[in-house]
Amino acid sequence: MTYLVVGATFALYIGIAIWARAASTGEFYVAGKGVHPVANGMATAADWMSAASFISMAGLIAFKGYDASVYLMGWTGGYVLLALLLAPYLRKFGKFTVPEFIGERYYSQTARIVAVICLIVASITYVIGQMKGVGVAFSRFLEVDFEVGVYVGMGIVFIYAVLGGMKGITYTQIAQYVVLIFAYTVPAIFISLNLTGNPLPQLGLGSTMADGTYVLDKLDLILQDLGFAAYTAQKGGTLNIFLLTLSLMIGTAGLPHVIIRFFTVPKVADARTSAGWALVFIAILYTTAPAVGGMALYNLTQTIQTGEIGSPTGNLVYDERPNWFKNWEKTGLLAFEDKNGDGRIQYYNDKNAEFAAKAEAWGWKGNEMTKIDNDIMVLANPEIAKLPNWVIALVAAGGLAAALSTAAGLLLAISSSISHDLLKGVFVKDISEKNELMAGRIAMAGAILVAGWLGINPPGFAAQVVALAFGLAASSIFPALMMGIFAKGVNRQGAILGMLSGLLFTLIYIFWFKGWFFVKGTEMAANTPANWFLGISPEAIGAVGAMINFAVAIAVSKVTAPPPEHIQHLVEDIRVPKGAGAATDH
Amino acid sequence: MSDNRIAYWKANLRLLTMCLVIWFVVSFGFGILLAEPLNAIRIGGYGLGFWFAQQGSIYTFLVLIFFYAYRMNKLDRQFDVHED
Repeated sequence: MTYLVVGATFALYIGIAIWARAASTGEFYVAGKGVHPVANGMATAADWMSAASFISMAGLIAFKGYDASVYLMGWTGGYVLLALLLAPYLRKFGKFTVPEFIGERYYSQTARIVAVICLIVASITYVIGQMKGVGVAFSRFLEVDFEVGVYVGMGIVFIYAVLGGMKGITYTQIAQYVVLIFAYTVPAIFISLNLTGNPLPQLGLGSTMADGTYVLDKLDLILQDLGFAAYTAQKGGTLNIFLLTLSLMIGTAGLPHVIIRFFTVPKVADARTSAGWALVFIAILYTTAPAVGGMALYNLTQTIQTGEIGSPTGNLVYDERPNWFKNWEKTGLLAFEDKNGDGRIQYYNDKNAEFAAKAEAWGWKGNEMTKIDNDIMVLANPEIAKLPNWVIALVAAGGLAAALSTAAGLLLAISSSISHDLLKGVFVKDISEKNELMAGRIAMAGAILVAGWLGINPPGFAAQVVALAFGLAASSIFPALMMGIFAKGVNRQGAILGMLSGLLFTLIYIFWFKGWFFVKGTEMAANTPANWFLGISPEAIGAVGAMINFAVAIAVSKVTAPPPEHIQHLVEDIRVPKGAGAATDH
Repeated sequence: MSDNRIAYWKANLRLLTMCLVIWFVVSFGFGILLAEPLNAIRIGGYGLGFWFAQQGSIYTFLVLIFFYAYRMNKLDRQFDVHED
């Protein structure tokens, strides 16, 4: 069944690739600027929602409760900044890549190259996770080797990305969005219906269950009874939550693979609405995720804690555990250790000293669920809720669609910055369009090989790098773009020094707590809240880096010569939509 | 820059500022800084602060983007700087 569903979706993607081949650099980089804003919104949503959004986010929400709101607000609020501050103006500018704008606005090859480096580092770190996601989805659902899974994924992306460029990617992403959103919402609707009788998960999470108590109240109660903090209570420091949300927002708005999607629409006005449509399609998943997380956690605790807490027969007998439990134990995502030898499973917070003492008196000797991976909350959800086989197959296809669509978008951003910014922009300025197109395809093929290799041999820091990608985008790319449009007086020196100081500050802060270049043992201080400056985690520092970037750029521009006349005219010109058509003629 | 374009840009900045204030208030305000006190108000099973953090802010973002796009389209025509 799973083979059939996944095979059918793959055949669809390849069919689209053959139909939407790219014939020019315009089609390869920006799909000929002919994508309808709603279609572009849907493609952007698939581009944006990665394996992390599809597989991991609900689990994060389940185990962090309120504190996971940073991801929900951060990864959606960025679209407001994109729609209001960047997308329409960059579309008016009418070129192919993000570094191209930075290079021309700041009349500097250095600025362009700094932007290319930021873009490549941010995109490659991101793509590793996608390739890993593809391998994981294959190995768990189709029981093939992880590596075989990555090879198959590389093969599929190769066909439609190299052949079709942005055009092929856009139309495949639309199909992938449909697959992934269907796969995400169907189990969520079933679960919400089972638990609350309300088919809309967004409302179900705020509804009552069969016994008349609200889902969230019940969750708060269960978690506190097991020694955890209440689900809806804030656990982390407010400043950190604030800055992490802000970093994720401006990081989202500054991620090049998202920005270039807005170069594909026909008009400036379309760029504005298209960001809105993208958020519509993203919001369907993001407003469902809190319900998936909360309800999955409820189901999990109900499965384990079958009776009264503290009673000798209140916990699930290990030998009577359900089938899904056994299945996921095999993958290592779930692990149980019978610490007190009673043959039953105790799941509680043994780090809470007060509660641990109470548990001791009941004969509990520590939390026995030694591992519950975040990913399990989505992957095992259909099985926990006893849904039919085809739903499970759908989740596999959805996870693959999420990972492949994001990987393709990132690979395009990487290859276009190599062929267009480095090759045509810096090294071989008089390259013909035909050769540039060929170079783009070769760069794409090379990027796929590198991504696949890194996916199979992930560097030890793979899990850490998301902070890096957002930190780079937030501290270097976003401020440079925003000032490029809104601050006419910011000049070359200001922009370059601003980008470098924001970038260096952010990098050093991340490396300080995570090791230089993520090498273990080189950390300058342990990565704990007590050591962080004002309690700001490395993940949240991008916002501070961005402020430094803004401050330095504006200060330096004040004391150096203003930008030349024609640059000031360029800025004035991108501020008005009129004449965007002409700007597209290269 | 012609007077017309300066006026257009000023009108845009006014609209932008208003939208960004709302963007800030629903997420950073209601969802984070004021979440605790707002949770005393309940809508169904949700505390209001928690609802803004996990649902309401996202819905507001959506409305904001379409509102901005709609108003900008009108401004574009009013100041005659629209395309085609």
